[in-house]
Amino acid sequence: MAKSEATGAPLVETPVVERVLAAALRQGAEFAEVFAEDRRGTSAGLDDGRVEELASGRDRGAGVRVVVGETTGYAHTSDLSERGLLAAAEAASAVARGSSETRVVALTPRSPERRRSVEVYPEDVAKARKIELLTRADEAARSAGSAVSQVSASYADSRRRILVANSDGVLVHDDQVRSRFAVSAVALGDTGMQTGFESAAYTVGFEMFDDIDVEEVADKAARRALVKLSARPAPSGEVPVVLAAGSGGILFHEACGHGLEADHIVKDASVYVGQVGKQVASPLVTLVDDGSVGDEWGTFVVDDEGNPAQRNVLIENGMLTDYMWDFLRARKEGRRSSGNGRRQSYRHLPMVRMTNTFLPNGDADADDIVAQTPHGVYVAKLGGGQVNTTTGDFVFGTVEAYLIENGRITEPLRDANLIGNGPEILRRVDAVANDFAMTPGTCGKDGQSVPVGCGQPTLRVTGVTIGGTAGD
Amino acid sequence: MTETGTAPSGIGAVGGGLHELEALASAVAAQARAGEALEVYVSRGVETDIRAYEGEVESLSSAASAGIGIRVLVDGRQGFAYAGSLDEEVVRDTLAEARDNVAFATPDPHVGLATPDGVPRPAIDVWDDAVLTTSTADKVALALELERRARQIDPRVRTVSSADYGDIAAEAAIATSNGIVSSSRRTVCSLAADAIAGEGADSQSGVGFSAGRGPGSLELERAAADAVERAVRMLGATKARSGRVTVVFDPRVSSSLLAIVSSALSGESVTKGRSMFAGRIGEEVAAGQVTVVDDPTDVRAFGAAASDAEGLACRRNVLIENGVLRGFVFDSTAARRFGTTSTASAVRGGYASGPIAGCRALLLSPGALSGEEILAAVGDGLYVQSISGVHSGVNPVSGDFSVGAEGLVIRGGALAEPVREVTIASTLQRMLQSLVHIGGDVEWLPGVAAGQTLAIEGMSLSGS
Repeated sequence: MAKSEATGAPLVETPVVERVLAAALRQGAEFAEVFAEDRRGTSAGLDDGRVEELASGRDRGAGVRVVVGETTGYAHTSDLSERGLLAAAEAASAVARGSSETRVVALTPRSPERRRSVEVYPEDVAKARKIELLTRADEAARSAGSAVSQVSASYADSRRRILVANSDGVLVHDDQVRSRFAVSAVALGDTGMQTGFESAAYTVGFEMFDDIDVEEVADKAARRALVKLSARPAPSGEVPVVLAAGSGGILFHEACGHGLEADHIVKDASVYVGQVGKQVASPLVTLVDDGSVGDEWGTFVVDDEGNPAQRNVLIENGMLTDYMWDFLRARKEGRRSSGNGRRQSYRHLPMVRMTNTFLPNGDADADDIVAQTPHGVYVAKLGGGQVNTTTGDFVFGTVEAYLIENGRITEPLRDANLIGNGPEILRRVDAVANDFAMTPGTCGKDGQSVPVGCGQPTLRVTGVTIGGTAGD
Repeated sequence: MTETGTAPSGIGAVGGGLHELEALASAVAAQARAGEALEVYVSRGVETDIRAYEGEVESLSSAASAGIGIRVLVDGRQGFAYAGSLDEEVVRDTLAEARDNVAFATPDPHVGLATPDGVPRPAIDVWDDAVLTTSTADKVALALELERRARQIDPRVRTVSSADYGDIAAEAAIATSNGIVSSSRRTVCSLAADAIAGEGADSQSGVGFSAGRGPGSLELERAAADAVERAVRMLGATKARSGRVTVVFDPRVSSSLLAIVSSALSGESVTKGRSMFAGRIGEEVAAGQVTVVDDPTDVRAFGAAASDAEGLACRRNVLIENGVLRGFVFDSTAARRFGTTSTASAVRGGYASGPIAGCRALLLSPGALSGEEILAAVGDGLYVQSISGVHSGVNPVSGDFSVGAEGLVIRGGALAEPVREVTIASTLQRMLQSLVHIGGDVEWLPGVAAGQTLAIEGMSLSGS
């Protein structure tokens, strides 16, 4: 099999893109953009001890966006020929009704400042090697304990080549390769069934498996299910909560990340409107969104509007420094995009999205934080969350949690959601450790899903309401 | 504004008749080699999405898409491939790729195509031409009017952060190498408004919507009023005291609760030991007045369909009857694994995934009381208008249930002050047993289940 090139033939030839942009502008639009995408992927699933299916897919197409005043027109097509693209341009520009005019668009191809290097393109790896990972994970999960009653494992890779060009002359390409491996396990005991889940996901090729041990992923998932067989119901009411490094980043993603997306800000639909320059969190809280960091799950070279990924400090020592911006919202405020314009696919309009959102290291010791918590809940792993940006109220769910009694982690707890109000919770962070870790996730907003990273070191929040059933 | 054309895609346009899709699927299925079984699913659709904001069109998207998903089966091994195009060359590549994937699966005697069972397809009409014939200008006018109405209803409305009109017209066909050929089409149309009400430093949001098969069945006034009422009545909300309470769920919330329960009624979960209902047929799993039916032949359901995702005729399936578990929904693979026949309950998430067992049109048999009468009967409790954290806080395998909630206190049989930032918790098993009132106010909502007012006793409220 031929080795894949880091860059292949362009998705659409430059002169064609120029003609499509000119056509999109013909009705008097102020801005036009072509976003072309070619995504190939493989996924394989094992369940109930069997490799059920290997699936491969390909989705290719382009979306044309036209902006006139405050109005955006959008149309997409799976036909990348000039004819298909021109039809999409015509459909998108129907929102513009200005006089017919001719504007010439001259594109200047721009090479991204950084290029990600993929060592092993997934399409160059024999399918049998991908399958073998699944059977290894199944065996590892089942050997974690005899109470493990069911295991499913999944492997997925994707290669997404994009082209973004617009009437400002921008023409950029990106080639995004991602790999993901996940295991979920069920354990069966006297008290019923419990579930455990673990995943590893990075913006890399098959070399991910040089560093990631699938047996370890499987073992973690199985142990998470097993430990909960003896779990007691979570408490209810307000308790101090210690969040272990990694998945606790979901708290910040929900508590303030979404509320700092400029689309909510410009519509006055966030509790953080008008708060820039103000103290919105404990001085221990610094929050960064960075689409350029390492090989993390939310990493890319250019965003889906052609802007380079960059490091954006959102909160510095408790003070709100900035929001996250896409093209449209930045244009409205007369500023630059912060590289947060993302979309699920060519079928979708871009909007403000997080990338990798994290709280950097503090200087406390993680063990000391637990030891100095007389009573509370230790959350080893969070599953997900949701926020109402208007009120700032958010929930996040535990998938592995324990009681803290007299400064020690003791009994496991059944899954529960915790609820809090973003600005209040941010002020209640009173200890931040130095054991930073990231975790991958999928963020859904307005019907679109994109890969994101979340991260933080072990930290403590002095009081969060936990929704268990015990103690009432 | 002029009518918006949509970009061409592969073969002919949506609304051009299903024969073309059936012919394409059949032509591919006919290529099955000796010892090979093929299932070909092809679909195409057009969509319009319009968002209004501050009296202007914020965005207008129009799109046409089409795709194919192919399952190849050889000796109990399955391979799958899909592509977002119906071009001849792409279809050929997709079939080759699916064939190439077969070798890697573990043989499973239960895996295979559906067996034609002779059940006649019900006549189901869930298509409204108006989705295709209504001008874009008229659709835009609906979104603008929705925003205008939502802004007018109450002076406390600060903004309407989104007022959306959306529609979809979709067609699909399935053909298999063992003689199944079926096709279906549907339209869905909706309006949704997100209103933000404020008083002083307090802001609250509320979503209202209306959905139907075509623009003519949308209730614009109701969607606007619902958004505003839900936002305004939350102003001044505080935490409630922790304790054990009777919770009354709004029909929209009930619909999502029933959808969660449905995943435990899927033969897929049951046969793989991932359902709290596994091995419990014939047992009492819910309160005596609970009867749950999945009936995709009921055209009021958004999931109504003539045939399932493997091409079998849809039918009515009774899952829980007077509190007793009667059965599950099966696709053909889960059915063989369980030792039964398909209930024609295969569903699929579009061309990019294969069939799997799932519910389409769940309905909890309605009781006699209206929503208001249930509040009166409950007397004191918590009325929940929305829940959050369903994905992170509800586990249909273990049954653990813990979600964020907002709503209103029920006092003296009527709604009183608003409550926010609380959680409600229990287990799904206990909730089903503690269902004390089932409303007669059935509301069909997009999704797999209808909603109605429900009252559940003894839930743990966690607040202050």
